[in-house]
Amino acid sequence: MSNLRILVPIKRVLDYAIKPRIAASGKAIDLTGQKMSLNPFDELSIEASVRLREAHGARISDILAFSAGPTKSQDALRTAMAMGADRGLLVDTNNELEPLAVAKILKKVVEKENINLVILGKQSIDDDAGQTGQMLAGLLGWGQATQAAEIELKDDVVKVVKEVDGGTETVQGKLPMVVTTDLRLNEPRYASLPNIMKAKKKKLDKETLESYGEGLQGRLEILEIAEPPPRQGGGKVEDVSGLVGKLKELGAI
Amino acid sequence: MLANRTVLRALRTSRSNATYATVSRLLSTLAVLEHRGGKVSAGSLPSISAAVAIGGPVTAFVAGADSAAVAAEAAKLEGVSKVLHVPNGAYDKGMPENFAPLLAENIKAGGFTHVVCAHSAFGKNIMPRVSALLDVQQISDITAVKDQNTFVRPIYAGNAIATVKSSQATNVITVRGTAFAPAAEGSNAAPVEQSTVDPNAPQLCEWVEENLAKSERPDLATASKVVSGGRGLKDKENFDKYMPPLADALGAAIGASRAAVDAGFADNSLQVGQTGKVVAPQLYMAVGISGAIQHLAGMKDSKVIAAINKDADAPIFQVADVGLVADLFTAVPELTTKLEAEKK
Repeated sequence: MSNLRILVPIKRVLDYAIKPRIAASGKAIDLTGQKMSLNPFDELSIEASVRLREAHGARISDILAFSAGPTKSQDALRTAMAMGADRGLLVDTNNELEPLAVAKILKKVVEKENINLVILGKQSIDDDAGQTGQMLAGLLGWGQATQAAEIELKDDVVKVVKEVDGGTETVQGKLPMVVTTDLRLNEPRYASLPNIMKAKKKKLDKETLESYGEGLQGRLEILEIAEPPPRQGGGKVEDVSGLVGKLKELGAI
Repeated sequence: MLANRTVLRALRTSRSNATYATVSRLLSTLAVLEHRGGKVSAGSLPSISAAVAIGGPVTAFVAGADSAAVAAEAAKLEGVSKVLHVPNGAYDKGMPENFAPLLAENIKAGGFTHVVCAHSAFGKNIMPRVSALLDVQQISDITAVKDQNTFVRPIYAGNAIATVKSSQATNVITVRGTAFAPAAEGSNAAPVEQSTVDPNAPQLCEWVEENLAKSERPDLATASKVVSGGRGLKDKENFDKYMPPLADALGAAIGASRAAVDAGFADNSLQVGQTGKVVAPQLYMAVGISGAIQHLAGMKDSKVIAAINKDADAPIFQVADVGLVADLFTAVPELTTKLEAEKK
């Protein structure tokens, strides 16, 4: 029964409650001065890994929180460590990395750190791609279980209940594995003040993008980012008859 | 000597022209279809329309024990030039560990320039793995095709629309079903061919079971009408008491907000929003839903939005074509009765 060395990749993103503003260039979202947070799905991944430790104790020998992004991403890593990750690793870069590039970086981290379980969010709420976990599993040739609603570890077998269209599906595989988390998986804990203080003493390594080699440049060019066509409310009706009448008028019933 | 060089140069020029012509002629798309019970899944049909919009011939792809029967069905779909199928039961459950290598090898063998699949649980699970095997950056959840290399996709929960250009030789794309018309079954009779490319990659994970919510109602993702309940319903008993009769009166599918799902009122598979399903029906009726950003991401492309909410300031009223400020516990039964009476 092998010990678990868990990698939890996280991303710092525009806070979920904030409406994105398009930058003057028309090719990006303006993030200056905006509230940034840990991607909500990544909070679930950290919580899942900490719960595995709570259930399996010393078998979980390492929980490594990882991020690739601007220097400020270390705030997100500190949050992860305050929630229970053992240490952090930041690839410090201002480059916008596409999922394929992130997956390639993660592959190297997995190999170097002897990771045997990677838990990622199913998507980041900024680019909504939903690709990184599956790409990493493909690059590593590992089993994958996406959109996890339940994760159960027994010996070296990981059993995952997945959210699929129309219900759930259960799959299981042997370690090593890649799991991506869905919202129903758990309710992430709040980091307590003592844990936030302790997290400041945990180890946070920094590396540069260059140390991860070639082939990480973007493959897609953003030509334009635009506002979606605005939708105008059509006003209110007085009562249920008014509602039925308006729906008929609009041809909806 | 000089003459020779000129001939060589001429040869080289003509060859590169020929290569260019071949490349543009070779524009061709593989449309990966899901199937269940011997039939092509309805969710796969819009991806064929997206494939047609890209421009080249469209080859439909199916794999599984009953792939021959499904392929025969797929051959009738308008826009399909050819169907490729792999009759191997190992692919029945759509497990990514063997399905992705199967696709990657078939894409390489067929020299496809584009690969499309629905942005469904199946497509989301498998296509990024295919992309990684091909060393390709995938383009997820497209809502429009501008040209063969340029695609439109929503980001930030649909609060911004990105137009992206790819210069990759192969483009792996998932398609938002509500953004394209489903391919119709017509009098088409595309040739069906069994693929000889089957890498038989090991299935690293084992399929254990599935638990699908059974329903007589239209499928949420493709329904023409949707009634959706939110936190305003207060508990599961109310959700089950008020929503199904209203849905039946309209012939609608039932959806739910994330708040309603999290609170246990409704199954997660009914969730509409950035993290759930994206719907774009003719009529979307939001009952007791405030209209948070994440919910709007899943329904704001609906043709007509109606809202019933007792809070006159709820953000849902900013997008609703028709809003009723009322207590849903009296308004919904009254509406249900009126709609039933209309039917008679």
